[in-house]
Amino acid sequence: MRAFGFMHGVHPPERKELTEKVAIRRMAFPGEVVLPVRQHAGKPAKTIVKRGDRVERGDTLAVPDGFISSPVHASASGRVAAIEQWPHPDGSTSEAIRIAVDSHSVQVPRLRLVPDWQQLSSQQIVQAVQDAGVVGLGGAAFPTHVKLAPPKDAKVDVVLINGAECEPYLTTDHRSMVEFPERVHLGIRVMLKALGVSRAVIGVEKNKPDAIERLTETAPADCDVTVLPLTVKYPQGAEKMLIHAVLGREVPSGKLPISVGAVVQNVGSAAMIGEVFETGLPLVERIVTVTGRGLRRPSNLIVPVGTKLRDLLDYCGGMTDDAAEILFGGPMMGLPVANLDTPILKGTTGVVVLTRDEVRAQRSYPCIHCGYCLDACPMFLDPQHLGSLARAGRYDEMQQHHLADCMLCGSCSYVCPSNIPLSQLFQASKLAVRRVAPAGVKA
Amino acid sequence: MTAPPLVVTASPHLKAPASTPVIMWTVVATLVPIVGAAFYLFGISSLLVITAALAGCLAAEAVFNRQRTLPDGSAVITGLLLGLTLPAALPLWMAFIGGVVSIALGKRIFGGLGYNIFNPALVGRAFLMAAFPVPLTTWSAPISSVWTMAGDNFALPLMSADPAAMITAATPLGLAKFENTHSEILPMILGTRNGSLGETSVAIILLCGAYLAWRRFLNWRTPVSIFATVAAVTTIIGFFDPSRPTALFMLFSGGLVLGAVYMATDMVTSPTTNKGRWIFGAGIGVLVVTIRFWGGLPEAVMYAILLMNALVPYINRVTQPRVFGTPGRLTRQQKAEAAA
Repeated sequence: MRAFGFMHGVHPPERKELTEKVAIRRMAFPGEVVLPVRQHAGKPAKTIVKRGDRVERGDTLAVPDGFISSPVHASASGRVAAIEQWPHPDGSTSEAIRIAVDSHSVQVPRLRLVPDWQQLSSQQIVQAVQDAGVVGLGGAAFPTHVKLAPPKDAKVDVVLINGAECEPYLTTDHRSMVEFPERVHLGIRVMLKALGVSRAVIGVEKNKPDAIERLTETAPADCDVTVLPLTVKYPQGAEKMLIHAVLGREVPSGKLPISVGAVVQNVGSAAMIGEVFETGLPLVERIVTVTGRGLRRPSNLIVPVGTKLRDLLDYCGGMTDDAAEILFGGPMMGLPVANLDTPILKGTTGVVVLTRDEVRAQRSYPCIHCGYCLDACPMFLDPQHLGSLARAGRYDEMQQHHLADCMLCGSCSYVCPSNIPLSQLFQASKLAVRRVAPAGVKA
Repeated sequence: MTAPPLVVTASPHLKAPASTPVIMWTVVATLVPIVGAAFYLFGISSLLVITAALAGCLAAEAVFNRQRTLPDGSAVITGLLLGLTLPAALPLWMAFIGGVVSIALGKRIFGGLGYNIFNPALVGRAFLMAAFPVPLTTWSAPISSVWTMAGDNFALPLMSADPAAMITAATPLGLAKFENTHSEILPMILGTRNGSLGETSVAIILLCGAYLAWRRFLNWRTPVSIFATVAAVTTIIGFFDPSRPTALFMLFSGGLVLGAVYMATDMVTSPTTNKGRWIFGAGIGVLVVTIRFWGGLPEAVMYAILLMNALVPYINRVTQPRVFGTPGRLTRQQKAEAAA
């Protein structure tokens, strides 16, 4: 199979065998769900319910605050138990709506009209996608509708669907493509209509031949959707790498994909849009890979958004005795979470439980200038030089050396034999730069 | 369910298997066969000299061991490499001092592993070459048995070896330079020629180097660039002056193979970019031929590598690849726009 790829990058162990053949199951409703109003990039949603309100599954709990924002819906029927600050996977806290789930409810959402997308205008589709609270399900949780409404002067000629799923362990997108290919295609058609574009390409790493096959079989005959095998390499799913691999176009530094005529959406988001226009139900649940050697029963589950980590792990048989670290997302870019009350969000692709001997806590050595990080960086930066600048606090120089182009993929840290926490240094440097020169102020 | 205690670490949570100590100790392991060959070819004296150099390095590393750097293996590499560049008949106290200088002046004063500009083993050898030029270029005759001493290894400190105690024989490079005699190639490949302890077993060095290149612990571009440049420059000069040695002779004589495979590829003191590695190797190749043909000494690899080491920061700076999504090196106009 011919495959398309990008330069540099790394080959971490895939570890997908734990769940790649495990069919998606639906998790039982937990006793409580906690829904933060900040689950997406952009402004947090504004809460419109109050303590004690009865809500049905699918009801709107919080409305978007502006265009680059997204609503939050009740993921289970029950009563609003509290509205308070709650632990967030990013380590901070966020205003969250706690719902005590009605254990007698059959959890059937209210009857709703499902609009016929073929009859809708672009604007109406964008509105419907925003109303459904759809955000990027690949992890970044950027509101999907924003990408479907590009600025007037932008010329979009292709929609790219990201089915690379290059993070080790995760099989969320893989199982969606195998089990719900029709939904993916429906979502793509809706997006093509919204954007007025006729061509879509689905990029899938070739370690998922069953997904490539299923998507190809079910591709609609009346529109130009192709499935493209990609090389198995991290970070193949990074937006700029994907565009380069599929279209051979290079997104200029500091620009968005739209500047080269592409709109990129995660395959899970496409399936979610398909589901919205199939059932009318907003984004109240998502597929999550719960996996790792520190977990007794690795699974792919449909999980109500807001399910607490504790309930999710219990549903998967609990942690093993040597479990040591829990990650939200994959092991390359995922966030460590130590509070079991942390809720699963719309953007949570997976939960990985690592065992004690898998936890990375070795000592650091001095940089030996091996150059491995230069060969790993997909953006062709010089991580070892940036790293020494970061340690010296020379953030201005780091900006001249394209710190802004670093996407924190972690490839440099992965290959570093001296175990220098490069991507952590870069993340801290980016924060420091932002603190020195707040948005809008030219440095 | 009581949860086990959880830890929190920064991403990424996966790690490639090669660590700095693994790289260093693997290099040490590949040096063992070369030391073995030195023992076979030069006898017990070789082990004594290598051990003395190693002891000097380890002693210096232990004295400056503030960050517990001894276990990382880098001082062992320096000691073995220094020992392998010395002649068999060298008094042991000189080898020991060479080891101390390698670590103390070659590495520690720059800040330790990773911060040194010059290859530490070659700094030590350059020091010995300056301090004791005669013993460093006195080559003992082939041994009759591996248990025969090559010379007065046990000369007292601050004393030179008694020249009468040893029979000397020239190296192929010395013969070419001073007597205009050209040696045969085959013994030079097999290692049965005279020279420093580790430099003669060319075949074994190349095999060990190939293994390290396959593990990606040395970058093949540097030695390939050196060999190609030496061969090309020698061939071109040969057109004008047929009395010069052939390219094959140049490749297999002296310390070229040992230097190209083990010294020029030292990660700390060689470029980090692939383009830089080609340039670095080419520079070494040109310098080797220049010094060997027109310099005062028959051997040149050490100075060629040390000189190019000094250029590494500059080479790194000018060979940075184009950052993804940028127009490459900025034109003057773009710079002006960026500044505006």
